[in-house]
Amino acid sequence: MLSETATVGGIFSLAPLVVFIPLAGMIFNMLFGGRLSQKLVGGIASAASGLTFVIAVLLGVALYNQHGEPVVVPFLEWIHIGAFQVDWAFRVDTLSVTMMLVVAGVGTLIHVYSVGYMHEDVIHQGDPSRFRRFFVFMNLFIAMMMILVIGDSYLMLFVGWEGVGLCSYLLIGFWYEKGENGIGNAIAGNKAFIVNRIGDVGMLLAMFTLFWVFGTLTFDEVFELAPEIAATTPAYIGLITLFMLVGVTGKSAQIPLYVWLPDAMAGPTPVSALIHAATMVTAGVYLIARSAPLYTLVPESQNVVALVGGLTAFFAATIAVGQNDIKKVLAYSTVSQLGFMVAAVGMGAFVAGMFHLVSHAFFKALLFLASGSVIQGMERGHHLEHHAHEHDLKPRKKKSKEPPFDPQDMRNMGGLAGRMRTTYWVYIVGALALAGIPPLSGFFSKDEILLEASHLNTTVYILLTIAAFFTAFYMGRQVWMVFLGQPRSAAAEKAEESPAVMTLPLIILAVLAFFGGLLNLPGPHTFGHWLEYTFEAFHLEMETLPFSLPVALISTLLAVVGILLAWMFYGRQPLEKGQEDPLRGILGWIFTGMQRKWWVDEIYHFLFVNPYIQLSHVFAEYVDWRFWHDWFHEVVLAGSFNQFARFLNFRIDAGIIDRIANGLGNGTQQIAGQMRQIQTGYVRNYALSLFLGVVLIVGYILLR
Amino acid sequence: MSIQEFLRDLTYLLPFTYLVSWAAVLLIVDLFLPDDRKGLLAPLAALGMAVGIGLSILQVGQQQAAFNGLAMVDGFSIFMNVLFLGIGLVGVALAYDYLKRMGLERGEYYILLVFSITGMMLMGSANDLIMVFLALELLSIPLYVLSGLARPQQASEEAGIKYFLMGAFASGFVVFGIALIFGMTGTTSIPGIVSTVSSGTLLNPLIFTVGGGLMLVGLGFKVAVVPFHMWTPDVYEGAPSAVTAFMSNGAKAAGFAALIRVLVVALPSIATDLTPVIWIIAALTMILGNVVAIAQRNIKRLLAYSSIAHAGYILMVLVAYGSAGLAAQAVAAALFYLVAYTLTNFGAWAVVIALEKKEGRGLMLEDYSGLGNRHMGLAVAMTIFMLSFTGVPPTLGFVGKFYLFNVVIEGGYIWLALIGVLTSLVSAYYYLRVVVYMFMRDGEPEVRRDVWVNLTAGVTAAGLVALTIFAAPLFDWATRAVLAGF
Repeated sequence: MLSETATVGGIFSLAPLVVFIPLAGMIFNMLFGGRLSQKLVGGIASAASGLTFVIAVLLGVALYNQHGEPVVVPFLEWIHIGAFQVDWAFRVDTLSVTMMLVVAGVGTLIHVYSVGYMHEDVIHQGDPSRFRRFFVFMNLFIAMMMILVIGDSYLMLFVGWEGVGLCSYLLIGFWYEKGENGIGNAIAGNKAFIVNRIGDVGMLLAMFTLFWVFGTLTFDEVFELAPEIAATTPAYIGLITLFMLVGVTGKSAQIPLYVWLPDAMAGPTPVSALIHAATMVTAGVYLIARSAPLYTLVPESQNVVALVGGLTAFFAATIAVGQNDIKKVLAYSTVSQLGFMVAAVGMGAFVAGMFHLVSHAFFKALLFLASGSVIQGMERGHHLEHHAHEHDLKPRKKKSKEPPFDPQDMRNMGGLAGRMRTTYWVYIVGALALAGIPPLSGFFSKDEILLEASHLNTTVYILLTIAAFFTAFYMGRQVWMVFLGQPRSAAAEKAEESPAVMTLPLIILAVLAFFGGLLNLPGPHTFGHWLEYTFEAFHLEMETLPFSLPVALISTLLAVVGILLAWMFYGRQPLEKGQEDPLRGILGWIFTGMQRKWWVDEIYHFLFVNPYIQLSHVFAEYVDWRFWHDWFHEVVLAGSFNQFARFLNFRIDAGIIDRIANGLGNGTQQIAGQMRQIQTGYVRNYALSLFLGVVLIVGYILLR
Repeated sequence: MSIQEFLRDLTYLLPFTYLVSWAAVLLIVDLFLPDDRKGLLAPLAALGMAVGIGLSILQVGQQQAAFNGLAMVDGFSIFMNVLFLGIGLVGVALAYDYLKRMGLERGEYYILLVFSITGMMLMGSANDLIMVFLALELLSIPLYVLSGLARPQQASEEAGIKYFLMGAFASGFVVFGIALIFGMTGTTSIPGIVSTVSSGTLLNPLIFTVGGGLMLVGLGFKVAVVPFHMWTPDVYEGAPSAVTAFMSNGAKAAGFAALIRVLVVALPSIATDLTPVIWIIAALTMILGNVVAIAQRNIKRLLAYSSIAHAGYILMVLVAYGSAGLAAQAVAAALFYLVAYTLTNFGAWAVVIALEKKEGRGLMLEDYSGLGNRHMGLAVAMTIFMLSFTGVPPTLGFVGKFYLFNVVIEGGYIWLALIGVLTSLVSAYYYLRVVVYMFMRDGEPEVRRDVWVNLTAGVTAAGLVALTIFAAPLFDWATRAVLAGF
């Protein structure tokens, strides 16, 4: 395969640019951004991202022109150790181009949106100098994500994998001095980083095993060898795929490592949209799709993956119902939707999974960005309110005693539809797409997953269907709580629509979210055929299932029922200010459980974090300090060493060695002194010595 | 011998004949120079020797016998010529400011130095025992005079007269040795001796061997090996430092050139007879030189004993040369060590000259206290010289010792090599003591800043370290230089 596609020319030689353009944007802003205006900084970053998108489009067109034949663009020699060889090579095939288009396309829209969003955010947070830093990180993220998706080997993928992890960490903790107690954001960043490290251990183990078993990390070589190895020892492939799954649960926020994603909402909202909804978190899905030739060899692993995805989809959906923070609802929704994708690729429905990845990128980016618009609208309202009452405000002390205003709490919102019309309408589109109402994109992509599941795995099908129902319900709940009814706070009363630089990307994304389903309509299956080129290269047959009306009807019906239920609880009788959530009365402890995220964080703390801290305490206090330092080091080592040293010093060294050495030294000095005595200075003595030498030599020769 | 042949032979020995003429010219120039302008001779002498180096290098690759086989031009003689002329150049560089400072600026210094060099060059080319003796005298007599250059200082006069008396005594043994060899072979020509010995027509091998032994005594005196070394400390201390610097390198190199010519080329048949003698001499020299050096507080005397000790190291290869197939390698090792020693020794003497004051002050170890604080560069350079003397990497001294011991061990003289290594360890004591004084004692040494002296110290120090990188190619080059003749 590689040999057939080794000739590279024309458009494909542009492939490395998808990494270097955003990198150039980043470096430019790093070096010169300090002197430029915010608009220019944001513009350059957006242009870099946009140009990357153009390159991706060109690559896609070129690929289409040669019927999806994969191309590997060699770039740099990297690691050559004996037979082991990994290079920087860029793999252009339909799968990687799809990812590039999503990352760069959605990324560009989010960049543009961010110019408006961050302009207000940096003022609001009080440090305008960080505007530039944000775009530097964003461009770095695009570059790293590109490395992840375009790399031709697991090692290169891992470089991108870690790179986006770093960007995620940097951007979650972007306002590192803010948040709860002034370290809330920093803790959230740390949590994301540490939880992802656990997943990365899995990734590393997978790569070690790959290297051990296959002796290579390049995709082509691994996939070519895989059937052979699966025929003899399938356990190896099983081990590799399960290790990879650990990495996927970290990066793509699946059970049991999903806990970092909701906390990651501490980052600025565009970050949540780009990294923690549309692109980075889908890296795990991409990894499994990329490794399809491995996963299809071990059905056991596939089942595990599908089950993890299904459970996550269901579990996170229930939590989303109980959330009051507008972004937390979307965060759990993201976890749930990632569960859909992972379940799909787990079942072997790679096309369905990738399709949902794309459409989800559209509508979830839209929802996050729109929620960002809502949050800033609330903040603007709060600001106006604050100013309106400034004249009759008593000393500030009194104000600071009030609980701080939370612009993200949906209980403070209500009735925003009238004040933020654009945001409202695009939000409706996003919510309906997510809920899976036809003919929006979410319906088609989700339906395809459900269709495959109904054939392949009944358990997962049931889990996903229930999750789909919950999805419709919590989205309905959110729309009613945020946009309809009466304002429940002064800020909501005065909320203001966002500027065009923010609403325009929202409208574009809304269009995409609405029509995204056209990519892969049940009949033509355009997207499916597009991706098939990639999978067929590894002799994977992608069968497309015929559209099934019952499956579609059931899911649509459940979605409608979910929305109706949401209307019953939150629409018919809108929440009043300070009113208890109506679900609490009906569900009781179950709702509390949803609200408290099923105490998973607490359980993890109880099971892992606290024991770990206690163990470290024991190690630090008892093992390291008291035992190791106080006893072993001080008493055993240092004490006995001192004793021994004293013994050596006084008995051996001073007593014996010094005497010998002094004796030797004195002896040498004496000898030297005595020898010096020979040196009398008299020539006659010198001549005598010379003559004695002659006598000895001649005597030796003659008498020998 | 026709006049054409005579002229042709003169061109064969062009570097030598040219330098002799140049020295004669300098004598005449000296006559017309006023007393306060004698320094002018320094650049003239240097120019002459620089040209001589150029002429020598032009001869590379030649192999000719001249004047009916009295002298030879071959790889060995060219190598030695360049070395001697280089020594002469540095001798001039070190002396220029020193002589002025000490009130010794006399034209004779430079002229005698050049004459001495011509003697050394003749020694390198000599192919006849008579020529060896002539060369020996030609190089020695100017040195006797130079040693007493600082008259009427008593120490200098004493050094001159001691050196002369002892030198004359030693020369007597050389002549007697030559006479015995001539008597037993009927020739003084080195190739003639070789053919006589190999044809087995020696009248009396015993007396022949005694002749060789006596020559060893005379030449051993020149290179200062035990027990013919006793003049060394007194002369080194008493002579002006610049003269000592020149003498300790030039005379030693010339002496070894003659020893190699006579013992390795002319008398290989008596190698086995003399080997035990040389073995003992080498061992004694290394032991005595290094041990007595410990007791020295005067840097000039310390370097004198150091010079004795190093003569012992080089003599080791003459123990090993008799072993089959080792001759060329042994000679190459000796030449390499000679070059390393020359660089190190000159550097050390440059520092000594920089610190020396009038009337023999500034020569004690205590005077080096605090040099590291006051003159970091000079102290670092001196440290490099001391390390190179000791044989610590990464200095050329280490590489030189490595090749020396290598040859000795390959020759099968493990115990001699062991003595060499152990005495090297002993030598660390007094060499490093200089370093200790420079860096760990407080003091305010005053240093004469002279560009030529500093340049000598800097270049030799840098060379000693930098050339270790090219040690192997240098050694190959030395081997090839001498191979032609052996």
